[in-house]
Amino acid sequence: MINFTVEDQDGNRQEHEAPEDMGLSLMEILKAYEYPVLATCGGMALCATCHVEILEGKDGLGDATDPELDQLENLPEYYPTSRLACQIRIGEILDGAVVKLRGEDVV
Amino acid sequence: MIHTDLCIIGAGPVGLFAVFEAGLLKMRCHLIDALPQIGGQLSEIYPQKPIYDIPGYPEVKAQELVDNLMEQAKPFKPTFTLGERVDHLDKQADGSFIVTTNEKTKVHAKVIIIAGGLGCFEPRKPVLDNLEKFEGKGITYMVRDPETFRNKKVILAGGGDSALDWTIFLADVAERVTLVHRNETFRGAPDSASKVFDLANKGKIDLILSSNLKEIGGNGRLNKVVLEDKNKELTELDADYLIPLFGLSPKLGPIADWGLSIDKNAIEVDTRDYSTGVERIYAIGDINTYPGKLKLILCGFHEAAIMMHSAFKYVYPDQKLSFKYTTVNGVNAF
Repeated sequence: MINFTVEDQDGNRQEHEAPEDMGLSLMEILKAYEYPVLATCGGMALCATCHVEILEGKDGLGDATDPELDQLENLPEYYPTSRLACQIRIGEILDGAVVKLRGEDVV
Repeated sequence: MIHTDLCIIGAGPVGLFAVFEAGLLKMRCHLIDALPQIGGQLSEIYPQKPIYDIPGYPEVKAQELVDNLMEQAKPFKPTFTLGERVDHLDKQADGSFIVTTNEKTKVHAKVIIIAGGLGCFEPRKPVLDNLEKFEGKGITYMVRDPETFRNKKVILAGGGDSALDWTIFLADVAERVTLVHRNETFRGAPDSASKVFDLANKGKIDLILSSNLKEIGGNGRLNKVVLEDKNKELTELDADYLIPLFGLSPKLGPIADWGLSIDKNAIEVDTRDYSTGVERIYAIGDINTYPGKLKLILCGFHEAAIMMHSAFKYVYPDQKLSFKYTTVNGVNAF
């Protein structure tokens, strides 16, 4: 298990744990914890509704890949360490990280 | 006014297959979708992605599936209202409904089927003070009629394909086109990006890079846009129109106000026939929820078949429905 912290849209922080050996993405874990993440495209880096900002984390966690940047650049706002949660595999790298939800509010 | 048996809200894969299932029972359909094309998120978000869990297709591209579903529905002559959002639903004395879109299109139907996926795709809006005050008064999120912008000062914002394409198109229409993009480069189609740089070099458009929208202003109508560059320096531009193009995002929209039971953005249905709590309104596909629900296209297909047999009684109240196989009866086109 790894531990990480989620800051919601209102700034409330909550620590969570997640198994690093099940091939899950951060988006799937956020949905499992019932955060308001739409994940319209189901995890294909095609919709940017699982946009998160990495506030604290290990080196490299805040580096978006090309497919993510294609989506992030279309958003009205994004940040230097913005990522799509669907493209972050749960693993050692996420241990101790703080992620802020930046996806649009769900209705 | 359009008259039909069934009004299907949402022209995605499940809405399209519902037309086929309705047609087998001799019920006519009109479909409404907020997107300008059929296919829902398959066509809008991932047209070229392969799908592997459609029965009978080991692999099919999303757009190919949509094209095939349209082909399958064709014998039953569905009609469409595309690019419009359903805003109002008014129940009539005889139990039927009149649906009204944001463009005032009216559809009279005996049954309403909500097959709206995750809701309607609406433009993402920039975070700006007084944005709503100027919507429709200089701020628009899509180009419906390019002539609106003839001889006007138009500012477009965004870095994707639609921002590039409309910049190129409006360069010949507007008095002045300014494209504002937050980065130095574009990730949209390289061809379009080089055309935009070319137009800027020739002085046909103004290209303002590494800048963001900061403020808007005007006296009842938009007349200025303030930009902020990466050094936090502000530039004020005269503008008749601002077109922010930051992609689309799904919203449940007015459906949320129709008195239906909603749980986490989905409509609760009875799994016997996928009816909602309101008589003559059904919900199928990703927009519904029930214990054990899986958001899969194939589950939506199943739900469409079941719900059509239930809706039959509202369209043909005096007839008894007899179940027939297509292998026995074939497909009898309208």
